[in-house]
Amino acid sequence: MIEGILIGLETAFSLKNLMMVMIGCFAGTIIGMLPGLGPMTAIALMIPITYGFEPSTGLILMAGVYYGAVFGGSTSSILINAPGIPGTVATSFDGYPMAQQGKAGKALAIAAYSSFAGGTIAAIFLLIAAPSLSKVSLAFRSPDYFGLMILGLTAVSAFSAKGHFLKAMMMVVLGLMLASVGQDTLSDIPRFTFQNMNLSDGISFVLVVMATFAMSEALTIIFKANDPTRVAKQISLSQLGSIKLNKVETKKMVTTIPRSSVLGFIIGVLPGAGSTIASFLAYGMERNFVDDEEKQKFGKGSVNGLAAPETANNAACSGSFVPLLTLGIPGSGTTAVMLGALLGFGIQPGPRLYQTNPEIFWSVIMSMYIGMVILLILNLPLIPYIARVLATPRTFLIPLILFFSVTGIYLMSFNNFDIYMMIGIAVVATILRLYDFPMPPLILAFVLGGLMEENLRRSLLISDGSWNFLWDRPLTIAILVLIIVIVAWQMIKTLKKQGK
Amino acid sequence: MKISPSKIISLLFFIFSGFYLYTAHQIQVFTFDENAAFNAKTFPIYLGYAGLIFSALYVLLPETRPSNVDLTVLDYKKTITLVILMILYGLTILRVGYFLSTSIFLVLSYIVLGERKWLWIFLLSFPFVAIFMYLLHGLLNIYLRDPFLQYIGVMG
Repeated sequence: MIEGILIGLETAFSLKNLMMVMIGCFAGTIIGMLPGLGPMTAIALMIPITYGFEPSTGLILMAGVYYGAVFGGSTSSILINAPGIPGTVATSFDGYPMAQQGKAGKALAIAAYSSFAGGTIAAIFLLIAAPSLSKVSLAFRSPDYFGLMILGLTAVSAFSAKGHFLKAMMMVVLGLMLASVGQDTLSDIPRFTFQNMNLSDGISFVLVVMATFAMSEALTIIFKANDPTRVAKQISLSQLGSIKLNKVETKKMVTTIPRSSVLGFIIGVLPGAGSTIASFLAYGMERNFVDDEEKQKFGKGSVNGLAAPETANNAACSGSFVPLLTLGIPGSGTTAVMLGALLGFGIQPGPRLYQTNPEIFWSVIMSMYIGMVILLILNLPLIPYIARVLATPRTFLIPLILFFSVTGIYLMSFNNFDIYMMIGIAVVATILRLYDFPMPPLILAFVLGGLMEENLRRSLLISDGSWNFLWDRPLTIAILVLIIVIVAWQMIKTLKKQGK
Repeated sequence: MKISPSKIISLLFFIFSGFYLYTAHQIQVFTFDENAAFNAKTFPIYLGYAGLIFSALYVLLPETRPSNVDLTVLDYKKTITLVILMILYGLTILRVGYFLSTSIFLVLSYIVLGERKWLWIFLLSFPFVAIFMYLLHGLLNIYLRDPFLQYIGVMG
């Protein structure tokens, strides 16, 4: 393990990779700050650029973008009460009231220190947990992987759909259907290509991510006539007050951070749960831990109320890398995008990544930590300047997002057909978003489609076409039970609502 | 009877799944593979059925959380114009070239969205695209086909 850490440090500390982390954090902060544009959009916009790099460099850039986007999301939550990402909604509960009391600088500092501490503790957990889990996951067979993928898709649908479970499941099926277009991997038989040569290689992952996130988010802002920059224009973004914390505030944070980190990391590891649930749970948990006097301050600018969700959402971000790096199965939409990028580099994440590509495995973990340090020492002092991005008029912002999306896909294929297909998917995605059909399950399903089919193929061939493989092994049964529990829980919730 | 837009979308997805299932059955597999436990059409067939089941469930079951969208506040004009501009951008990017088509797309998009600061419109289109192209073409060695720049002799 020590050798691996040293390899990771060597890779992560190369001048080029350090530059990439810095650029990633900076770009991620700016994109994440813009309401409506989250880490998935930020990473999606980076993918075409990273294809020219070595895999470790590309991944380091994307990890930096991810953390930067989460940090940027907190900034817009605190300053203008417009969370850039769902994971920072709980941040606005106490962050925005603090900003209104003239303590915006302090709120941003608490958010930054909490994120840093949460990320650091979670990175240590990841450092310990990932290699051990990699060894455990070597015991997984095709039926278990198939079951795990179904579990991941069901969990993401249950957690991310906000009560629209059936809509999310339809999106899962749509994602899998899109992934089935093109030649069959084993027999090379064309499927759903309608004799169109442009479809024989299948639909590009970058195209689908760009269309369903970057492009469709931009179109949704215009379609709903939203102006995310309206609030930012009404406040002073350059005078945010002191960023220094006093002893009492520091003491409060010291007690909050460890428990929120542990909670955030555990939630992050669970498939589908992610930073949003982690931050809300941490906020609720913290409210139960503090004394009555502090409890009264919750929602009005409590230090504990701000530190808890910020710590938890960053810890959850690190936690979400555990299933990706150890099993090769992403637990969230964002890590699904990263899996797609890894596959694009020709790397198959999974238990053997730790042995076959140690430089990638460890450098990603190391660069996460470096990203945290950069966010703290670089972004925090620069926030008054970076925050001006919030006031960028949407009249410039939207065309530039569309331009980056079209350019991204054009650079990959130099083909008009892909541009038209991207526009078509983006238009459909915009309509679907309008009626609460969630996009993360679609992306996760699209990325997992090929792997899922492959594992089902192996399982069915081994069991001679019988579905008995689902209850042949205790591990598969355990996964199956979890899936049934999630589906049953969703059904009970629906029936209860209908009863009301 | 009034049917909600979400149910209409689910109904369309039901029809789409039916079409997908029909197409999945039409996939030509090798003769020796036809009776195999798993062939190229097995997974798509399962997907087709899954699509039919989930969409049918949504259409038939009562909605617990209907999505309320006020259709009167949606900006159809700007959205459709932007989509048309993107299609035209896609149409011209290979024929006219990256520089001119991208710059014109950006200028028109800024104007469609109501921007009237002409200096910024200019700076964030032609010079911006030129710098971006230099980064791609000059520094990252990514070739960008551009008949217009070749015609005026800027690009070799």
